Amino acid sequence: MKHADLIKEYEKDLPLAVLDEISALIPTSATKPQVKKIVEETILLYKQARVHAGECVGLVSAESIGEPGTQMTLNTFHFAGVAEMNITTGLPRIIEIFDARKTIKTPMMEVFLKAPNNKDIEKVRQFALQIKATILDELVAEYAINIFDQTLILRLHKELMADYGLTEKDLLKSLKTRTKGYNVSSGDGEISFTHKGKAEEIKELYILKEKIRAVKMKGIKKITQVLPVKRGDEYIVLTSGTNLSDVLELPEVDPTRTFSNDLYEVRAVLGIEAARQAVMNEVFKVIESQGLNIDVRHIMLVADIMCVSGEVKGITRYGIVSEKASVLARASFETPIKHLVNASLEGEVDKLTSVVENVMMNQAVPLGTGLPGLVTKMK
Amino acid sequence: MKQHFVHKKISSIQFGLFSPAHVKKMAAAKIVTPELYDREGYPVDGGLMDLRLGVIDPGLVCKTDGLKLKESLGHFGYIELARPVIHINFVRQILDLLRCTDPHTGELLIPPALIKTHLEKIEQKGQEGFEERRRFIKAIVRKIAAKNKNITGDKVEKIKLEKPYNYYEGDRRLSPIEIRAWLEKVSDEDVKLFGFGDNIRPEWMVLTVLAIPPVTMRPSITLESGERSEDDLTHKLGDIVRINQRLFENINAGAPEVIIEDLWDLLQYHVTTFFNNAVAQLPPARHRGGQVLKTLANRIKSKEGRIRYNLAGKRTDFSARTVISPDPLIGLNEVGVPEKIAMNLTVPERITSWNKEYLLNYVKNGPKQYPGANYILKPDGRRKVISNETKDEILEELEEGYIVERHLIDGDISLFNRQPSLHRMSMMCHLVRVLPGKTFRLNPSVCNPYNADFDGDEMNLHLPQTEEARAEAKILMLVETQLISPRYGLSVVGCIHDGITGNYLLTKELVLAKNEAVDLLFNCGVTDFSSLPKKDKLDGKEVFSMLLPRDFDFIGKDRGGNAVKITKGMLKSGLMDKANLGEESGLLLRNVFEKYGPSATADILGKISRLGTTVLARRGFTVGIGDMDLSTETHQEIRDAINKAEENVKKLIIQFSEGKLEALPGRTIQETLELKILEVLNRSRNKSGDIAMRQVRESNALTMAKCGSRGNSLNIAQMTAIVGQQALRGKRIEKGFSGRTLSYFKKNDLSPKARGFIRNNFKSGLAPNEFFFGAMTGRDALMDTALRTPKSGYLYRRLSNAMQDLKVDYDGSVRDAAGKVVQFAYGEDNLDVSKTTGGSLDIQKIVHQVVGEVK
Repeated sequence: MKHADLIKEYEKDLPLAVLDEISALIPTSATKPQVKKIVEETILLYKQARVHAGECVGLVSAESIGEPGTQMTLNTFHFAGVAEMNITTGLPRIIEIFDARKTIKTPMMEVFLKAPNNKDIEKVRQFALQIKATILDELVAEYAINIFDQTLILRLHKELMADYGLTEKDLLKSLKTRTKGYNVSSGDGEISFTHKGKAEEIKELYILKEKIRAVKMKGIKKITQVLPVKRGDEYIVLTSGTNLSDVLELPEVDPTRTFSNDLYEVRAVLGIEAARQAVMNEVFKVIESQGLNIDVRHIMLVADIMCVSGEVKGITRYGIVSEKASVLARASFETPIKHLVNASLEGEVDKLTSVVENVMMNQAVPLGTGLPGLVTKMK
Repeated sequence: MKQHFVHKKISSIQFGLFSPAHVKKMAAAKIVTPELYDREGYPVDGGLMDLRLGVIDPGLVCKTDGLKLKESLGHFGYIELARPVIHINFVRQILDLLRCTDPHTGELLIPPALIKTHLEKIEQKGQEGFEERRRFIKAIVRKIAAKNKNITGDKVEKIKLEKPYNYYEGDRRLSPIEIRAWLEKVSDEDVKLFGFGDNIRPEWMVLTVLAIPPVTMRPSITLESGERSEDDLTHKLGDIVRINQRLFENINAGAPEVIIEDLWDLLQYHVTTFFNNAVAQLPPARHRGGQVLKTLANRIKSKEGRIRYNLAGKRTDFSARTVISPDPLIGLNEVGVPEKIAMNLTVPERITSWNKEYLLNYVKNGPKQYPGANYILKPDGRRKVISNETKDEILEELEEGYIVERHLIDGDISLFNRQPSLHRMSMMCHLVRVLPGKTFRLNPSVCNPYNADFDGDEMNLHLPQTEEARAEAKILMLVETQLISPRYGLSVVGCIHDGITGNYLLTKELVLAKNEAVDLLFNCGVTDFSSLPKKDKLDGKEVFSMLLPRDFDFIGKDRGGNAVKITKGMLKSGLMDKANLGEESGLLLRNVFEKYGPSATADILGKISRLGTTVLARRGFTVGIGDMDLSTETHQEIRDAINKAEENVKKLIIQFSEGKLEALPGRTIQETLELKILEVLNRSRNKSGDIAMRQVRESNALTMAKCGSRGNSLNIAQMTAIVGQQALRGKRIEKGFSGRTLSYFKKNDLSPKARGFIRNNFKSGLAPNEFFFGAMTGRDALMDTALRTPKSGYLYRRLSNAMQDLKVDYDGSVRDAAGKVVQFAYGEDNLDVSKTTGGSLDIQKIVHQVVGEVK
């Protein structure tokens, strides 16, 4: 950049993002005094556009998100293109995020791959099959119980096995630990189980069958579906079901871009700052898909209050609202009796520092013009 | 005439638990009899309506403070309970204490040595709240204390709670007397460990005396028949006093234990329902008619309860409400107020030596003649009604220092509001304009921020009564200060409908004679014609440019993608359409706002809007069914396109039934088929729409769609060409009868026609089955809206409740009420969205200005 040094001098006067924008927009033909003038004009503009002290930004953000809420669709599912999978969007998804639900309706990951692999659809498809959690049930064509021999026989899908790159031996290996007390043998696309020692009741074979059905043979736990899709000029893998920690460990995966839409998982694996960003991204995705226009700052503020404590907290009576300092503010939200009872036992003091309490007392609210006080000497 | 104002401010509120001694100390009277009034209808001493508890009847005086009705706040009384009872709201807390302490010694069941190791953790948990703390201690006790043993190893029975308020130690029921004695034994330190406040004793959770709320809190109503109807609380208290009395008598008479127990239980029931009449497992107390009593908890709780209804929400005087109607000729920041309302609402104005004459005129006119005055306020605070009888006397009396409450006049400051008040632009400050008629008039351009239309909407008007309030309203809330939305940094107010269409046509094709142009402009409020080009025929662009400031430069784009260029206040190229003038885009307006400030923008916007409507009024603009005509060839073309699509669908269905269709990954074959059909049909609809748009004749309807003032190409396509596939929940219609949508079709018919594809257009009319499909999706959309509104309303309530006390501090950080930092810089760059252009600074413009300038 030609005038990088010159622009750098103004680092104290302007936020970095604005400076970056300036350097991006300045034409190369600009002379030094021109650049100087541009930056100075921008500083003037910036000073005019700064927030005032006392501005009730929280309420403005709440309004900005709440008001278009009525315009969002209630349609839960949305197909981004013909082939992609169902994703919760619209109002339900927004509610889900702000509630900070532990279990979300459609957990999903976007797995990005490292450089050479991400251009080749075949490689990406293979990778996708690799991580998909394959349970025994999928590979079994038929379960058969031989009453005379007291054996359970599994006939396997040979082609499917080949697709997944699995052999009978692999299956046996993962099955053996789960089937103690049984003799396991295999051969010719079949696996058979016989009880060690004395033959017991047939019922036990049924129980065994149900037990081994869901045993994972391959892939990563919880990832129930995979779908390679094109994103820009590369291929990525969409998964339904998330397991960030395991996926990130794979050498092919680009850990800097791969993400999950499960806030708690992001919090656990990548930390609270990542979770904050995840809240922002997820909300933004929905807003964009609905064609609404909400400034990032508002979403940022919501994400920030959800994450200030270091844990993801929902905007519910158990989450953020329960952490308010004021008894009356909490009581005015939900479950007032509970809050009043507890406050009385604790001997709590409400210092009347926020909004509702002061409305209740008919006093000026400590926001905006109600914030400054004047001190004067009485004659 | 010196006035002294002492403004007291509540700085904090202490919550706590009353000790029995405190209740007695605070009480003005001891209540001993359930009777309310004597034979003369006079409150009985020692009854629930005792005069020492306050007054609710006019003419009587409170015996405690000597004040009259409405002056005396009322005083508490008390009753001595014959036997202690459990306070229903503390049942859980009592249970926890009992479970965690020793029945004999009252010691905590954690050995003292171990407490120390856990103390830190307990304190930490305590930060998360009182209940968390209790839960944590309980968990420790459960872990440490050997089962059913206390610290010294003696056997301890498990304490059980039989809801709602009976405690059992093993199989033995614990009476409230025993529980109280037990709790008394718990040491102060242990109580504190549980998170109880200083000087709060757990035994107070078992009531021995009951505080009687003052009568002012439970006023009785005198019915028309002269009968008195008591408040629910008084009824309940009457029950308590009566049972308590009987219990006393029985105990004193040495009645058998069974009878005493029964009465005790009854007392417990009444005291419980007095506090909370919706306890699970307990039948609610009822009136004789079967109506459930509203007792203390019910009064506080819920949306209609004290907190949300009376404390967080207030009622107001000096307000009006009526139907709204449009008036494009009044200013953006004005509101037309009917004369009738203007004569009812008043503004107080203090008489000084400068305005005496002016104010006396209002008083002379009186309340019946506009503009007059309704009341005067004397300096001693007394209010006098102005009427024909009192008028002369008042005129005589008026002097400086009096306040006249005069009628509304033009230019008064008011707040205008429409529910639901979803954002701050739902309540803005307007200047009053008194007009004949009976509706509020507002400029159609401000409909958008209020989300108002004129199909019967009503709006509210409020009149600030103090100078401070008026100043704040005018400076912070005036319409022009709210032009830029804090949601996305673009204008929320803009030209609408004719305002856009008119300007579009003007800048696009109209050429006016000079006298016509001058007339037109003068009509819109332009008085300075010095910069009008000296030509006989004026271009529409030149006419439009007259409204812009002379030094205004702007570069943008119109909807057609053409560059809009304004240099030195002259529109050089481009058309004025929604992208530049409209709400929620209006980049031209945004730039005017930035350069010339709020009031100039409001002025210019008003003029532009008026220009548009006037142009249309003079030119004429109408829409008719002929606008939807297509040529026969075009019709054929569209029909061919649809036929082809249906052909394709048929092929797909055949493929499907032969099992040749390949499933998309992650989908079943049926789903794949549906998706593919939907795709084909939608493509054909878009294609026919395009054909129609290309062929439809140049008409007013098309003009509107083009400039964005009303309607879009889809609407036109649906009217002229084809309505298209009706989708229900993102799929084709499949509900209805088994295997088919309507009994008119064959079973398992997957063809477009049978699954909600409407191949007709609105002009030609729909077939009955098609109409039915349209109705299905229409109803689905209605349901969706009906279900969505409460959901999003609740989300909004939660958001605003959680975030209402976040503010920008003097150091630029965002903090909550307790001073906790949420963001170090608001939005990471300290920018106020409502002062930005679409959320960022318009650096491009600066660069352009500077570089262009120096060149």
